[in-house]
Amino acid sequence: MLLDVQNLTTRFHTHDGEVCAVNNINFSVEAGECLGVVGESGSGKTQAFLSIMGLLAKNGSADGQVYFDGRQILGLSGNELNNLRGVEFSMIFQDPMTSLNPFMRISRQMTEVLSEHQGLSEKDAVKRSLDLLDLVGIPEAKKRFSMYPHEFSGGMRQRVMIAMALLCEPKLLIADEPTTALDVTVQAQILELIARLGSELNMATVLITHDLGVIAGLSDRVMVMYGGRIVEKAPVRDLFKQPQHPYSKGLLESMPRVDDSNNKSLYTIPGQPPDLQALPLGCAFIPRCEHAFAPCENQVPDLVKISSDRFKACHLEELP
Amino acid sequence: MKIKPIIPDRLESISEDAVKGRSLWHDARRRLFQNKAAVISMVILGIIVVLAILAPYLSPWPYDDPDWGYDFPGPPNAELKHWFGTDGNGRDLFVRTLYGARISLMVGILATSVSLLIGVTYGATAGFIGGRVDNIMMRIVDILYSLPFMFFVILLMVFFGRNIFLIFIALGAVEWLTMARIVRGQTLSVKKKEFIEAAHATGVSTRKIITRHIIPNVLGPVIVYMTLTIPMVILTESFLSFLGLGVQEPLTSWGVLISEGAKQMESAPWLLIFPAIFLAITLFCFNFIGDGLRDALDPKDR
Amino acid sequence: MLSYALRRLGSAIPTLFIIITVAFFMMRLAPGGPFDREKQLPPEIEANILKAYNLDKPIHLQYLDYMKNILRGDFGPSYKYLDFTVNDLILTGFPVSMRLGLYAITIAIVIGVTAGTIAALKQNSLFDYLVMGVAMTGIAIPNFVMAPLLALVFGVYLSILPVAGWGGGAFKYQILPVITLALPQVAYIARLTRGSMVEIMNSNFIRTARAKGLSEKIVVVRHALRGGLLPVVSYLGPATAAVITGSVVIESIFDVPGIGRYFVNGALNRDYPVVMGVVIFYAILIIVLNLIVDLVYGFFDPRVKVE
Repeated sequence: MLLDVQNLTTRFHTHDGEVCAVNNINFSVEAGECLGVVGESGSGKTQAFLSIMGLLAKNGSADGQVYFDGRQILGLSGNELNNLRGVEFSMIFQDPMTSLNPFMRISRQMTEVLSEHQGLSEKDAVKRSLDLLDLVGIPEAKKRFSMYPHEFSGGMRQRVMIAMALLCEPKLLIADEPTTALDVTVQAQILELIARLGSELNMATVLITHDLGVIAGLSDRVMVMYGGRIVEKAPVRDLFKQPQHPYSKGLLESMPRVDDSNNKSLYTIPGQPPDLQALPLGCAFIPRCEHAFAPCENQVPDLVKISSDRFKACHLEELP
Repeated sequence: MKIKPIIPDRLESISEDAVKGRSLWHDARRRLFQNKAAVISMVILGIIVVLAILAPYLSPWPYDDPDWGYDFPGPPNAELKHWFGTDGNGRDLFVRTLYGARISLMVGILATSVSLLIGVTYGATAGFIGGRVDNIMMRIVDILYSLPFMFFVILLMVFFGRNIFLIFIALGAVEWLTMARIVRGQTLSVKKKEFIEAAHATGVSTRKIITRHIIPNVLGPVIVYMTLTIPMVILTESFLSFLGLGVQEPLTSWGVLISEGAKQMESAPWLLIFPAIFLAITLFCFNFIGDGLRDALDPKDR
Repeated sequence: MLSYALRRLGSAIPTLFIIITVAFFMMRLAPGGPFDREKQLPPEIEANILKAYNLDKPIHLQYLDYMKNILRGDFGPSYKYLDFTVNDLILTGFPVSMRLGLYAITIAIVIGVTAGTIAALKQNSLFDYLVMGVAMTGIAIPNFVMAPLLALVFGVYLSILPVAGWGGGAFKYQILPVITLALPQVAYIARLTRGSMVEIMNSNFIRTARAKGLSEKIVVVRHALRGGLLPVVSYLGPATAAVITGSVVIESIFDVPGIGRYFVNGALNRDYPVVMGVVIFYAILIIVLNLIVDLVYGFFDPRVKVE
């Protein structure tokens, strides 16, 4: 097990009181696998991984245990984390427009990682950076190396972000909605690139997204989050074939399908994502769930094992 | 898929609260009243305003005639009800400070209104018409921005004498530039927003769009900037008065009093200290309220 | 870059032209003249004075004369300092004013940026509140209040610094004027820096820098400071104007022989050529300084192409 997360809880102290963004979640990532994490905005998917990276906003705090390669990393000091971040695991973000420093040349933003972590000379750092820019498919990398981020297109910037994250050959790459801000045509290229790099470099990847379609072809396992909790965990094929949680089912049904012969209108899950400050006493999904019954009202369903590699958090025995 | 009516009451009340809680003005008021500095400032400012209005009834002394039975200048003396002492002409400083407050606050509010009038008209016109007109209008603002305006006000005062209405207009004319920029920026951004287009598309009348949608959206930043403009104007008026270019005797303002006090600070420090305290506290209060309003209305923090 | 600078300077010429014209006609339209005395002068003497200062010609000819002289760099004679031209006054006063202004701006940048940055990094700490409290005081207490107060405390009560005067520019005579001049700017720059640094430290690219495992020092100094200082750079134009305006009061209070003192004396005595000369001189200065600030801004922010 490369990454093992136990009882992770993330809270934010806001003007209006404490908000629990991630509520006691457990999951793991195996070396080399690709884990998909799906959920709406506010489901806690991003905050969970920012907690692991030690990148929470100042008013946030995380509890629990996170083992990376067997070593507990949650709560490490900034200095200790800096020996791991960008080296053992890296993260790329949703918006490549704002995630690169607009005031620095790409060259400097890349080489500084190598000189900081590996003490490479300027010349070696430049060479390694150019290799990676080639690897992520930036044409004429040498010519563009000394440009500023605003001189790149959105897709190219995300490629630069990926190259930058991979400079030190991390064992784990966390990609937080890497394609949401990009053109549809570019989205597929970036996803394909992440998948290819994952297998080429034998690197585990976590793909965080609100779009199940993104995960379908790329990840091995899927974890569905709702209201700060994991509601279902399953191998990707099983989830698509037979979702076990009403929310997963709703997500699947709201996906457009090419092979849909009868022209029925696209389904949407009714209602709003939950307000984290006013979560229902029981299951967070209850206001939007057509199957809700008495126990859902008072008791949060546990995430229980239903077969060797499937878990769900729902009071229903089986989804009709 | 529908919500099963198991516990509809509670859920509905929750969602209703959530919606109400997010309305801009409701939220802003709550945030403003949570800001202790802003609330205290509002109270203090209120007290100063009331004192200024009631000035003639609060003290037995007039603002323009000396007390022949006391020193010229005399230190504070509670028995004679010269709470702040008397000035070099034997006039009661307490009353004069409050009369100074009247002038200073009036200049602050009137000049700010002038700047508001010019700035909003100019900015809204530029923002609404857009295109080349907007370009030219804003270029003019840019040019005016780079001028040493304070010197022009001084020139105006020097050439045309110290007329209090001239002060309002001159100060208002100096401060409208930023207001115009803010209003223009807001108008532009609001004009582009989807909800305006949606209102247009669904046939809502232009007047309604302006009153229901545009004004409320432009109002926030304008109010904040107004609160910050008032102290600036008061400061500028005091500055002019200090140089001897402001209001004339026997009328007074805080700047005049401070200027007189500074000349005699070694022998009669109270002449400097009391007006300076009033001026500083007022400026403090306006700044705190302005900051509080800005934080309360800033959607970034929501 | 050079062509941009030249073009900006070119566009400044009509601006200056308008300033001079407006100021000139304002001056001539003003009621009352510089030689109005309590006692009526004999008509022949007054005519002589007017002739000596070219005030007897038709107004458009006076305007042309004035324009011609200004183009030659001649601001005319002072009405009050009888043996001096305006140029003399500016030439003797400007080095003094410039020294005060430069010191004040330098102090304001160094202290303001440092305090603002630390306050931003330690948001909501005691230091933060302290800096913001002092800054608020610096903004709320005007320099014409601060100056006599400081003079009272350090000059009169403690007697460690001179109350006023210049002493030929000796160090101890400069301390109080520079401090009073710098204080509001220190306050303003500290608040500005804190605000923009807080925003930048919460920005996405700083999160990226942290995700890369860079040390906090590199994150702040290399990644955050440059963007965080942009508002300060663009504030330098208004700051210069504010310091120049402030110097008018400070020089009068501390009796410093700079341009500001001549300006105030000129204003109070209706010494028109001096007042106009100073306004035009400072207008030129401010326009040039704004141009320099814009060029520096382009250097700080690569997204702005100075072309």
